[in-house]
Amino acid sequence: MKPSTTPVTAALGRNNSTDNPDGGHRPPLQALSRREFIRVTTLTGGGFMLSLTLPGAAWGQVATALDDTTKAFTPGPFIKITPQNIITILAKNPETGQGVKTSLPMIVAEELDADFSTVVIEQATLRTDVGAQFAGGSRSTPDNYLPLRRAGATARAMLIEAAAQTWSVRTDELTTDKGRVIHAATGRSLTYGELATKAATLPIPDEKNIRLKSEDEFKVLGSRVGGVDNPAIVTGQALFGMDQRLPGMVYAAYEKCPVYGGKVISANLDRIKRLPGVRDAFIIEGTDNINGLKPGVAIIADSTWAAFSAKRQLQIVWDESAGAGHSSADYDARAAEAAKAGGKTVRSDGDVAAAFATGKVVEGAYFYPFLNHATLEPQGCTAWARDGGMEFWTTSQTPGSGQQLIADTLKLPKENLKLNLVRGGGFGRRLANDYMVEVAAIALRTGGAPVKLTWTREDDMRHDCYHRPAGYHYLKGAVDAAGKISAWHNHFVTFGYKNTERTASGAGLSPDELPARFIPNYRLDQTIMSTMVPTGPLRAPGSNGLAFVMQSFIDELAHAAGRDPVEFRLELLGEDRVVPPTQGQRGTPYDTGRMKGVVRLAAEKSGWGGKLPKGEGRGIAFHFSHSGYVAMVAEVAVTRDGTLKVRRVTSAADVGPIINLSGAENQVQGSIIDGLGMAWLQEMTFDRGRAVQSNFHDYPLLRSTETPAMSVHFIQSKNPPTGLGEPPYPVVPPAVCNAIFAATGKRIRHLPFNKTDLSWT
Amino acid sequence: MPSYTLKVNGQSRRVNVAADTPLLWVLRDNLELVGTKYGCGQGHCGSCTVHVNGVPVRSCQMPVSTVGGVEITTIEGLSPDGQHPLQQAWCEHDVPQCGYCQTGQIMTAAAFLKNNPSPTEEEIDGAMAGNLCRCGTYLRIRNAVKDAAVAIQKGGSK
Ligand code: FES
Ligand code: FES
Repeated sequence: MKPSTTPVTAALGRNNSTDNPDGGHRPPLQALSRREFIRVTTLTGGGFMLSLTLPGAAWGQVATALDDTTKAFTPGPFIKITPQNIITILAKNPETGQGVKTSLPMIVAEELDADFSTVVIEQATLRTDVGAQFAGGSRSTPDNYLPLRRAGATARAMLIEAAAQTWSVRTDELTTDKGRVIHAATGRSLTYGELATKAATLPIPDEKNIRLKSEDEFKVLGSRVGGVDNPAIVTGQALFGMDQRLPGMVYAAYEKCPVYGGKVISANLDRIKRLPGVRDAFIIEGTDNINGLKPGVAIIADSTWAAFSAKRQLQIVWDESAGAGHSSADYDARAAEAAKAGGKTVRSDGDVAAAFATGKVVEGAYFYPFLNHATLEPQGCTAWARDGGMEFWTTSQTPGSGQQLIADTLKLPKENLKLNLVRGGGFGRRLANDYMVEVAAIALRTGGAPVKLTWTREDDMRHDCYHRPAGYHYLKGAVDAAGKISAWHNHFVTFGYKNTERTASGAGLSPDELPARFIPNYRLDQTIMSTMVPTGPLRAPGSNGLAFVMQSFIDELAHAAGRDPVEFRLELLGEDRVVPPTQGQRGTPYDTGRMKGVVRLAAEKSGWGGKLPKGEGRGIAFHFSHSGYVAMVAEVAVTRDGTLKVRRVTSAADVGPIINLSGAENQVQGSIIDGLGMAWLQEMTFDRGRAVQSNFHDYPLLRSTETPAMSVHFIQSKNPPTGLGEPPYPVVPPAVCNAIFAATGKRIRHLPFNKTDLSWT
Repeated sequence: MPSYTLKVNGQSRRVNVAADTPLLWVLRDNLELVGTKYGCGQGHCGSCTVHVNGVPVRSCQMPVSTVGGVEITTIEGLSPDGQHPLQQAWCEHDVPQCGYCQTGQIMTAAAFLKNNPSPTEEEIDGAMAGNLCRCGTYLRIRNAVKDAAVAIQKGGSK
């Protein structure tokens, strides 16, 4: 029997009569909806504890526990309220700088009606009961919004019931505020703490008796709340992956082959082992999994510096044959050849050739490079092998997959791998768990001492596992006499990982990508070139390169048609409607009304249409990704000698209701800086299978002096809330490039544009 | 291993480390002051900024053997109670995203405001230009520094 089809009452009936194997009464697992189960128990020493079981690792166990009364399943705490009125809420997902350690507990606190400023937030370890614990795809908010609200509301309903029984009044005479139940008629009130122990003994109310707040009743949601870790961050407390410290800890460094897929033949281990502060050095054979345990040489030392110093003195003979023929220059040359030869048609609507024959034709070859995630904290992890298992302190965005990878690679029982989730900037880099399996392999060789693995910046730059893939787009478009796009033909030359059949991770282009479905004559051809560079998701994967190409070329066509770029785009989007994905495609329906709303808002707030002198310009772009609708207008000034100043970026986004306004604005502001840096400065290149760039001198981040003014706007539509860590990022490069065109007449088709001469006369 | 005596956050601390060990790693591994961060090890990012006699210095570029008897201040010693006006302003403006760069940012800003108590926005951006933030929090940093400058002027302390 599947939990989703279990008749709730029947299941509960059987569970209610079950005694806990550890002595006490085993309270029921109650199906709160078809997607989550709640259990309430008394905390040791009194108080209230609510457990929330969401679809995930333990789902099978839940089903069994409901179905078979001899099987116990004990979920962990999610909300705790002590008699001393300390309210603790679990932060279930990894915090990677996207703010979920603050925003997800805010959702619970809202419905609980607790005072968020006094709530204790506890970071979850990797558990089996609280559903998926990952940070990626801007999924944290949409996946958790309703279950977390229902959990908070359930607890609140039980506290109200406890008060009603205490005072012998009806529940509808009671209200709550800031963690108190209030009986206005008599002026009485009790804190949640005072009610907690009693509430814990009450039956869990049925889902239909739990009322969620309406949005106008929200007190915390939609307000500005500072990150819960801020006080610890600004005082330098040990919060990050690299800050972990354990008794008797040793320090490790790990040198991998600079060529992806390279193997170790031999190394000067004897000499390295004799260096001061070095305890051990050994070769790890590794596996072929490019996101897993790569071959290399490990050094265990008394300090990070001793490990780094010894690493520099390593002399390793590598088998580098895998890298032959893999250089950026090779890729460019192969793409140019492919452009001449033509690709395989992936989609063909109408007749592009006929439309080209009668329309005004524009052609452009676009390119965006490989990128690095370059989290400011290089990769690393701390692990401790003991008692037949291993404990980790990890910044992983996908801790569950990391656990599985370690179990599979090192043949360790998964249930003996305990993961503590530690703060660390992600951007998609920590979706891979290579550093975690590396430290696990090293921890088996420390004689039981805990070990911290730290990558150097150079390791991190060269072994970005994985890079945002580069892409080449050979475009031809036409506008008709009415000034509309009549045809669009793209030959997309992309990469496959060691093959030419399937696109590599992050290297695909949906046949539904705009302007497909929005114009009558559309054709997409594709060529896949083989690469051995590991590629994968980086903030708004796919979109982060595609938006630049599509929104720049749409701009070219608007100018070719002599049309206003905003009007042209609104017309392309057409009537307000929801455009479904083409049959057989997996995409999300596209709501043109929501997109037009943000395009108009960005234009309006930016002063679009006002005249600017030559050398100054505004550019607009929009993009839909991760269920978010975003438009931006950039305003730039370019001096005659080509010095660029991005003056202002105006952003409008519709991701439904905003959870934390401060956090949301921070994500947009950060995306603007990130997107500017990407478009302006950043490029990874490869030579004979190895990364050329090694540190921030040749892979720069944008600096404070280039910070534009920013104005950030939201349309808080009634749609379900969706994530904001990713959708704004892809929109920045085309907005800026279109502004540069408006200012100078120079069309940027090649990123980064620091190589383009922007001077004008 | 040679032995060095360092003056860190007003205390005398003795360490036995290799002479070429950067101050950064002495602080982090030996003295357990992990608020000073490693970002690049090459002087590019500013995550490792500490004060040496009040002057902002990249501790990754300073071998312990060259430190001598100077006064070193790390983020842990910036204020006795974590309530330096910059630390307060950072919380009020909700500056951090991942947070990794922020201690270095605050140390740079603290030294800067001592020399320039009422800076313009351009001066703030210029002073902070050596501190990278991967998450792109520069706008909030600028505003927080501006507010802290006013608070310091008013309060007179720190
Ligand atoms: S770690 Fe010292 S400047 Fe980057
Ligand atoms: S807050 Fe993440 S690097 Fe600055």
